[in-house]
Amino acid sequence: MSLASAARAALPPLLVFLALLGLWQLACSALALPAYLVPTPAEVAREAAAHVGELAQAALLTALGALGGLGASLVVGGLVAVLFSQSQTAARSLYPYAIFLQTVPIVAVAPLIVVWFGTGLQSVVLTAAILSVFPIITNGTTGLVRVDPQLLELFAMSDASRLQLLLKLRLPGSLPYFVAGAKISGGLAVIGAIVGEFFAGFGADELGLGALILQTSGRLQTAYLFAAIFTATLLGLLLFGLVALLGELALRRWRGRELAVS
Amino acid sequence: MTEPAPAPHIEARGLGVQFAGGVQALSGLDLVVRRGELLALIGPSGCGKSTFLRVAAGLAPASAGTITVAGEAPERARARRAVAFVFQDPTLLPWRSLHANVRLPLELARAPKAEQTTAADAALALVGLSEFAAAPPTALSGGMKMRASLARALVTRPELLLLDEPFGALDELTRERLNDELLRLWERDRFTALAVTHSVAEAVLLGDRVIVLSGRPGRVVADIPIALPRPRRAALIGSPEFAAIAADVRAHLRAAAPPDPSDLPVRT
Repeated sequence: MSLASAARAALPPLLVFLALLGLWQLACSALALPAYLVPTPAEVAREAAAHVGELAQAALLTALGALGGLGASLVVGGLVAVLFSQSQTAARSLYPYAIFLQTVPIVAVAPLIVVWFGTGLQSVVLTAAILSVFPIITNGTTGLVRVDPQLLELFAMSDASRLQLLLKLRLPGSLPYFVAGAKISGGLAVIGAIVGEFFAGFGADELGLGALILQTSGRLQTAYLFAAIFTATLLGLLLFGLVALLGELALRRWRGRELAVS
Repeated sequence: MTEPAPAPHIEARGLGVQFAGGVQALSGLDLVVRRGELLALIGPSGCGKSTFLRVAAGLAPASAGTITVAGEAPERARARRAVAFVFQDPTLLPWRSLHANVRLPLELARAPKAEQTTAADAALALVGLSEFAAAPPTALSGGMKMRASLARALVTRPELLLLDEPFGALDELTRERLNDELLRLWERDRFTALAVTHSVAEAVLLGDRVIVLSGRPGRVVADIPIALPRPRRAALIGSPEFAAIAADVRAHLRAAAPPDPSDLPVRT
């Protein structure tokens, strides 16, 4: 996508955003809502500017937790997917528990994680990992198992071993599936990190976005709270964009666009 | 130099194949493919042509009768790297360069690196794709991909080449070019080749003999020697003697096909 077409694509949502801001500002002054209930965009902006250091630091801490969780998801989810693809028995007996990871209410488990692992980054990472691992497992397993039968026969003609099949066919062939899974997991990891910080983000000198959101809402610093929420949203977008970009680069290489001379 | 009597390369006796679902793909099939022969296998769709190739490759088991390749079980001949298969699709791995795709069979057989490289270089040169060695398959046309697939099959210098409708998805002109390519390669190395096709013209152009299989369950219903002189090229297809032979093969094929209710009144 060229820069010009990217700008053209970004223009309509940007206009909608500006229109919404205008409406919001109008509604606040027309209805004379108190600032502790609904601050105006201007007040949110002022508050964000006043706390830009804290917000940036909080975003950095949350990003660390989310990236750590996503990294752990990729490693653990990748290994589980390989296990599932190699053993029907393992897949059949463990898959229900993988679903459990997706269906368990993370806000209910997060306090337990804090009980076991204490407050701090490790518990935030763990919460983010639990929430984001499932798409990696399912997408990865699908990619590893779904192989063109003709390619399996091609490898059978060379009497390829299971390990050769895995390393030279299944793993490289499943890259698009892992990338698709990672894109979903990236957003989930941010949510997981923020939820994790609700419970595990206290006690440290620095607060993550989750802890900041709880603290500002408790103190009725609503404009600051809004600023924190926007920062969290921005962080989610940023992480999704990062994962999508890295995935696209990997896929481009995979498709041979930038294949090195062998 | 007098040639020794051509020994059978593939020998199938009373071959039957039944799939897990109970479908009888082949039944009582007798076929001998002689060493160095280029044989075309044709038949109504679903007659088990491809199944026969897979059994000969040791990729699928026979459920009745016997089949040997070079006097041994198909899997053993395959394990000696003496058998290669060209699939319907090019089946190139998109994440590998052309060179890396072509050397794959040797890589899987854990051949020395130097041998892999020289053999892949030679195979690519053979099909005229040397300058694309570093290119990814996505950069190639359908015909070029199929050429690369041929090169990969020949990289182990197999004694037996099994081709499963390899050019069926290509446009007519590209298909003729690839047929010429295959003929040239075969004239050069004289491997045994068994080509499944659904095109009468292709079967007549390629084959020393054309074997016609019946509808399912498939067995041999006609074994037609093709008297056209070699070397043959696709340009031959327009000639009158070619047309006469093709008409003969087509008549056999029509007789082999299961009756179609829509042409009941036609009886000769």
